[in-house]
Amino acid sequence: MTHAAALEGAQADPHGEHPATSTGLDNKKLAIWAFIGSECMLFASLISTYLIYKGRSVVGPYPHEACDPPTCAQHYNAILNIPVTSASTFVLLMSSLAMVLALAAVENADQPMPSGFGARLLRSSKLWLWMTAILGTTFLGFQAFEFTSFVHEGLTIRTNLFGSSFFTLTGFHGAHVTAGVIWLLTLLAIDYRRGLGPKDAINVDMAALYWHFVDVVWIAIFTLVYLIK
Amino acid sequence: MAHDNAPEHHANVDHTAMGIEKEHPTWSTYWKVALILTLITVGEVWIYYIPSFVASRGFVPTLLLLSAVKFAIVVLFYMHLRYDHKLFRAVFTGPLIIAMTTIVALLFLFGHLRIGAGAAG
Repeated sequence: MTHAAALEGAQADPHGEHPATSTGLDNKKLAIWAFIGSECMLFASLISTYLIYKGRSVVGPYPHEACDPPTCAQHYNAILNIPVTSASTFVLLMSSLAMVLALAAVENADQPMPSGFGARLLRSSKLWLWMTAILGTTFLGFQAFEFTSFVHEGLTIRTNLFGSSFFTLTGFHGAHVTAGVIWLLTLLAIDYRRGLGPKDAINVDMAALYWHFVDVVWIAIFTLVYLIK
Repeated sequence: MAHDNAPEHHANVDHTAMGIEKEHPTWSTYWKVALILTLITVGEVWIYYIPSFVASRGFVPTLLLLSAVKFAIVVLFYMHLRYDHKLFRAVFTGPLIIAMTTIVALLFLFGHLRIGAGAAG
């Protein structure tokens, strides 16, 4: 599309909800995609650091192997708990489903309410935003449990290279999930105050894109950190 | 449910500003995507517990492939990159390619990967 055609398309926008831009697209949505692109590089650096240090820890505990004296000062079990992390991964995947349903509910908020119970549930933005926030908080609970159990088993951020790179990577991800939950709670507050409708779809879409990005980062972390030995 | 079958028409959603080029999928697509993601995750964890497969050369490539499929499904369907403006695709895939190239380059640089030798552990 040429610059002039794009500008004409933007000016012809019947809703007039955003100022004309050279792309015809809302700058907020372009900005969140650019932000997500930059976040890809942030997490790539953290994942690279983890992978480079993988298998180079001088002292235990280690992620996938138990360690006994004299190699380690004491007996350490393999530190990673795959069943627990699999459950938290499932929770985060389901939160993405809830988020995309929240966006669909907001986009359709001005349509006539359908009669069936299931269809009415699908149209409740509050339900799906709450569901997403609760599932996100559950994921954070799993992470808090995991971090606490690691510390009890002798792995802290200062123990070895594995501990440093693992806690930094997963801690950064957890911080992103926390920010996402706070963002969802602000959307919920707006929904309770005045209701979210199609005019707010762009704002909910931005939160949804961020949330799904946090999910895809975890998809990479789950494989690279937890499953690959 | 009629909601499942008919494409949703968001009459008051600003399609131009949001860069929506094709109608976003419906609930029926979303739950199928969730089911596929769950099944792939179950498959990943399943093969983690098969010692003979873990010891084989196919273990790491299989996990990476499954992870890439999950990544692509979420980005294409839940993030709507399949349905939205191509500029968003460029803004996302550009940095993603740089990020993945950086990871691979660093792994070569630090000796975790070698040409012709695969993963060095």
